[in-house]
Amino acid sequence: MSFWVRSATVRNGDVLALDDVSVTVEPGSVVVVVGGDGAGKTTLLRALVGELVLERGSVRAPAPQRIGYLTAAAGSWPALTVRQNMDFVGGIYGLAGERLQQRREALLTRAGLTEAGDRLASQLSGGMRRKLGFCMAMQHQPELLVLDEPTTGVDPVSRIDLWRLVSEAAAAGAAVLMSTTYLDEAERAGSLLVLDGGRTLAEGSLADVRATLVGSITVGDRPHRAPWAWRRGRRFHEWWRDSEQPPADVMAIEPDLEDVVVALSLQRRHEIGARR
Amino acid sequence: MSGDSLVRATRVSRAFGDTLAVQDVSMDVRPGEVVGLLGANGAGKTTLIRLLLGLLPVTAGSVELLGGAPDRERRRHLGYVPQSLGLYRDLTVGENLAFTAQAYGAAPAQLTDALRGSADVLVGELSLGLQRQVAFLAALAHAPQVLVLDEPTSGVDPLARAALWDTIREQADRGTGVLVTTHYMQEAAQCDRLLLMSRARLVAQGSEADIVGETTAAAVRTDDWAAAFAALNAAGEPVMLAGRDVRVADSDVDHLRAVLAAAGIGADVVAVAATIEERMMVLARETPEAVG
Repeated sequence: MSFWVRSATVRNGDVLALDDVSVTVEPGSVVVVVGGDGAGKTTLLRALVGELVLERGSVRAPAPQRIGYLTAAAGSWPALTVRQNMDFVGGIYGLAGERLQQRREALLTRAGLTEAGDRLASQLSGGMRRKLGFCMAMQHQPELLVLDEPTTGVDPVSRIDLWRLVSEAAAAGAAVLMSTTYLDEAERAGSLLVLDGGRTLAEGSLADVRATLVGSITVGDRPHRAPWAWRRGRRFHEWWRDSEQPPADVMAIEPDLEDVVVALSLQRRHEIGARR
Repeated sequence: MSGDSLVRATRVSRAFGDTLAVQDVSMDVRPGEVVGLLGANGAGKTTLIRLLLGLLPVTAGSVELLGGAPDRERRRHLGYVPQSLGLYRDLTVGENLAFTAQAYGAAPAQLTDALRGSADVLVGELSLGLQRQVAFLAALAHAPQVLVLDEPTSGVDPLARAALWDTIREQADRGTGVLVTTHYMQEAAQCDRLLLMSRARLVAQGSEADIVGETTAAAVRTDDWAAAFAALNAAGEPVMLAGRDVRVADSDVDHLRAVLAAAGIGADVVAVAATIEERMMVLARETPEAVG
């Protein structure tokens, strides 16, 4: 059974935190929500797990005991050891005895946390703490796994471990929705949802997101129309409408996800500016 | 002689008790270049930076900052933006900038277009992207010759990231040497030169291709990624999801084909260049003896 948020609108005071946003997560797949600070990622995740009330829209999610949710905050108890954290959360979900122990040790092994099992959570590195949070959210084998920025601030080696754990969960049939601010890792997911200021900029596979962008992107040594150009290393990338002819000193490129999202964001800012 | 370098480490080591946090590292940062410092947690990046800035004495080797010992006087020409930003959240933008400028004896920075009109807003009320811009302005007001940035664009949206990189590049164009530590490959790709640390040593430097070196990965294209993933995972391969396919770092293509065939899974397996992250994972798995 697939899970979804449909046409969700959420208001925080005067601010539209989500404006008509939809996402569907199928079992055995990973959907990544990307966007910067204030894009609406956390609001969307909280809507799916039933932590907030929508002004408009609908949600389909399993019962709370079939959901695993890792919040953006640490998600573990600093004064408990790694194993105590696992046992506490496992107990809440009705795991006990040998089953609890087996599940706990299997997850800790896969996360590379076995040797740290008797350490206090407060003594773990940031990456280890996120991995522990993930194990706690996964312990009861939820049908729906919702992870809020599991990899933010995590070093590349731990990040690869986390992605492997996420992949394992999906391969075993879980529906996974996770958020990130990093576009390079978003390319790993089967489906993407790109949010900006509470609205959907693009969605679908990487190819679908690329296809959302009309016009072309070039690279050159200087910007020609500053509002439509951005830095990449020492050079400038620039977006052109189909009706425009880029000058001779720039070269058309195959845009990556970063380029596509920047170009779509610029267009959206421009539209908002034009309406004012 | 330091030659052209703004910052130079020559065969630097630093021990904490019996543990070497930095071992025999030589590197430099020259005027106008943006150098990326990469490495897993515990690889020694932070210790190296503290040695370069003179905040920690070396156990062996030598460090030069702006042609001499990294003392208090030379540190006046440094700008530093920590990941935590180092701003006072309950002071306004204007108050934060005035405070830092006074500490360095400089005039407060001019607000950028994006911050115009925000001088009287509390820093804690700004978006993360704008907070990062304020931290940059505060660090740049005294026109530092060396700029050290810790994950400068972590958490911000792509447009804000492009704006921050504009600022970094403007500084470099003016001759400032910039050292950026990052976990993110997009940020690494913006640098002129990369340094990779692993287990206290500098293990590679140069372009992205130089860093990846001979490490390869296998891209496994299949109609059923979950089955391919499960089979390779069960065989102990470091397998990962990659879009609607899977990827295995540092593994033999023929062996992977055999594992998949034995599991009855049709797949197309091709060797591709590894990513920097995959290279780092391979380094982390190697024993310290093998690295040395």
